[in-house]
Amino acid sequence: MGFKIIGSSVNRLDAVSKVTGKAKYTNDFFEREMLCGKVLRSPYAHAVIKAIDVSEAKALPGVIAVFTSQDLPKLKYATAGHPWSIDPKHRDIEDRMILTDKARYVGDSVAAVVAQDEIIAKEALKLIKVDYEVLPHVLDPEKALEKGAPIIHEERPNNIVNDFGNEYGDYEKDFMNAQHIMEGVYDTSIVQHCHIETQTAYAYIDTDDRIVIVSSTQIPHIARRVVGQALGLSWGKIRVIKPHIGGGFGNKQEVIIEPLVAAMTIFSHGLPVRYTMTREECFISSRTRHAIKFSLKTALTKDNKLQAIHVLGISNTGSYASHGHSIIMSATSKFRPLYNFKSFKIEPKTVYTNLPAAGAMRAYGVPQMIFALESHIDDICRKLDLDPIEFRKQNLVSVGHEDPISHVVVRSIGLSECIDKGKELIKWEQKRANYKEQTGDKRRGLGMACFSYFSGTHPVSLEVAGARIILNQDGSVQLQVGATEIGQGADTAFAQMVAEVLGISIDMVHVISTQDTDITPFDTGAYASRQTYITGAAVKKAALEVKNKILTIASRKIGLQIDALDINDATIIEKKLGKEICSLGEIAMEAFYDRTHSHPITSDTSVNIRTNAIAYGVTFVEVEVDMKTGVIEVIEIYNVHDSGTIINHKAALGQVHGGVSMGLGYALSEKLMFDEKTGRPLNNNLLDYKLQTIMDTPKIGVDFVETYEETGSFGQKSLGENPTISPAPAVRNAVLDATGVSFNKLPLNPQTVFEKFKTEGLL
Amino acid sequence: MIKVTMTVNGKLYTREIPPMMRLLDFIRDELKLKGTKEGCGEGECGACTVIIDGDIYNSCMVLATSCEGKRITTIEGISGAELHPIQEAFLEVNAVQCGYCTPGMILSAKALLDKNINATEKEMKEAISGNLCRCTGYQKIIEAVKLAQKKLKKR
Repeated sequence: MGFKIIGSSVNRLDAVSKVTGKAKYTNDFFEREMLCGKVLRSPYAHAVIKAIDVSEAKALPGVIAVFTSQDLPKLKYATAGHPWSIDPKHRDIEDRMILTDKARYVGDSVAAVVAQDEIIAKEALKLIKVDYEVLPHVLDPEKALEKGAPIIHEERPNNIVNDFGNEYGDYEKDFMNAQHIMEGVYDTSIVQHCHIETQTAYAYIDTDDRIVIVSSTQIPHIARRVVGQALGLSWGKIRVIKPHIGGGFGNKQEVIIEPLVAAMTIFSHGLPVRYTMTREECFISSRTRHAIKFSLKTALTKDNKLQAIHVLGISNTGSYASHGHSIIMSATSKFRPLYNFKSFKIEPKTVYTNLPAAGAMRAYGVPQMIFALESHIDDICRKLDLDPIEFRKQNLVSVGHEDPISHVVVRSIGLSECIDKGKELIKWEQKRANYKEQTGDKRRGLGMACFSYFSGTHPVSLEVAGARIILNQDGSVQLQVGATEIGQGADTAFAQMVAEVLGISIDMVHVISTQDTDITPFDTGAYASRQTYITGAAVKKAALEVKNKILTIASRKIGLQIDALDINDATIIEKKLGKEICSLGEIAMEAFYDRTHSHPITSDTSVNIRTNAIAYGVTFVEVEVDMKTGVIEVIEIYNVHDSGTIINHKAALGQVHGGVSMGLGYALSEKLMFDEKTGRPLNNNLLDYKLQTIMDTPKIGVDFVETYEETGSFGQKSLGENPTISPAPAVRNAVLDATGVSFNKLPLNPQTVFEKFKTEGLL
Repeated sequence: MIKVTMTVNGKLYTREIPPMMRLLDFIRDELKLKGTKEGCGEGECGACTVIIDGDIYNSCMVLATSCEGKRITTIEGISGAELHPIQEAFLEVNAVQCGYCTPGMILSAKALLDKNINATEKEMKEAISGNLCRCTGYQKIIEAVKLAQKKLKKR
């Protein structure tokens, strides 16, 4: 499209401050005599708190405050990082308080302590006496649905958070007329985000009696609102500041500790109090990824077209609703613009259990759904002896496809080209032929899996974004957005957009990276891979406004029409002749200091985006399976993405590498485990929870097919979460190709693989 | 309180500290050098990596008092007005995303290349195998260490 700066690989704006250790994260700020907050957590998975005695803890020298649910307003609130809904029917479930009066999982927050230092705070926790009445617990969502199961929330005695789904078309008839009906059950495990900086925040009351919270959050404006709701305070009384953050992956798209630190400072006379989760706490008391079990049934026509699908899903949301039913609704909506099903019936259930609350995690339910769907597609192809690539290609949707429920329209799709590229990169034909009928101890196989994903949340949720640009005297600009840089490179992408529109170099754009709800434009934050697409539209709009104001002054000065002028390399030019007229700096100086017309140039604008853009991609992978030990080694892996225009190739590569690595952990090693008898976590630390290290991560190949998406401000679609979706089913399908064994539950760790080989008689 | 003297980033410091103070807290709270990060507090993630007398350590696992007379290097100590070649390489290849593991990664790479400028890719991977990163998939990090090696060899 003839862009100059869009599409170039400029360096991250914050790279220098990050490689020198100067970038400031929440825990790097000083406040006078910062106090330390700690939380007493339940040792039981399910227990009523009959009484709490905090008198000894309060009496310990150095303790400033000890409080329990008794001391807090009896307000239930929702923690999910969604925009507020004016319509009560679309609100998140308000099922928790800052501190609980009933323990619903091992790790539930029972009491809080504020002390002079960490050692005293820990001592004080030991002095709190809690009288628990232990109740039976339930960890398995299917058991939680049985009659007589322990009731986790009185408001929902059947343990169902929600179970609405949707259906379309003549589903019954399509199954009746089907040539083939295929069925399969696919299950996933609980995993965790493992951002290297745990949840952390500090709060104090300022001289104007307002609560200031500095937090490692993806969603500062939402955090402000939820703190207000949790404490019954006016939202304007609360100020949330977000500095650099050490990773989020959705776990900071939730208001987990901000209401608590606000309460801590309130109980400590407004003194600054910091609360940082330990790694063990972070694993269980922030959020996890929902384990979802999908039962799929598909109807095929006689020419092998996918006609109908029935999706039955059980999503384990743990002890609190958090993002709850939205996760499985996202899962069962975002796969639909992939294959051309004529009818579907989707029956999802989100169920409470006595496990840590599951919430948003990179790609929001879609990795679970795509694991099920793409495993199922390979099972179909194997059974009917069809080529898995050709079968997929024959069933893909095309441009113009409109989802019958969401009415989201596919306006660009480069998936077929993505598949062709991936196929070539991995040398599919040649290797598939070579790996037929292996019998040795080490067997190789190839697999692939496709996905579709949305850009933002429209039409389910509000998509509003704000941007503010201020032109300086020298022609440089400041950009402020409410969208958050969380490591993904959003600020750099926004700066490129401004530079592109204003015809200036990237170093003339200063992005104010810190969000402060007192001064930052309103935006709901980093989630749903929305920022480049949604906030990008606000940034473009603000930049166009500034450009128009600049050219208005230039036009007044020179007498040419605005349309005849442009800005190039920070110089005003006459478009037709390419003739230089004056520098941008000269115009800026006039805007500031002209005795007659002074009117400094700014724009402060927002957009409400009511479109969505479907992004696509594919993983191709080659594995080697050790038939004796169950160890799976990834030999080669490629992800090819259609994310529309790529704004910054270097940054985009980084997103794909990180997402694939996370996807490989999901496929092969990661699983948060719990003791059935007690509900206690067994591996909530980074030694026993098997996160990918550099020794486990293979070389990751990346390519893009750049379609142009008309609804994107520069032709772009989402990319942030996308790369983590398809690696797991691709690996699973490669293992199927290598061994003939279908693994229908993640992860495929050596123990699981070994045991399955034994059951299948391979060992 | 115990008196301890050590050299941090070339400067000699003497402080009276509680006996249980971790080196990580000494660096962050006593010396106010905030580039060293804490990710787990139990030696699993490597975010708090520092160099002590040429070798890397998780500073959350080291008592400050055990560093009497030792030479410590933190991220703040590896460059002056100009970036260190390893920092340059991390910046150029985009080995940085959220940046929280970056100081530790750079120090692990530095300790290796200081000892063995001819390190192989396998040795590089081993050298940073104790540093966890959730953002980058390690691809660009290993590329950055290789580029840094080239840059350092040229000097």
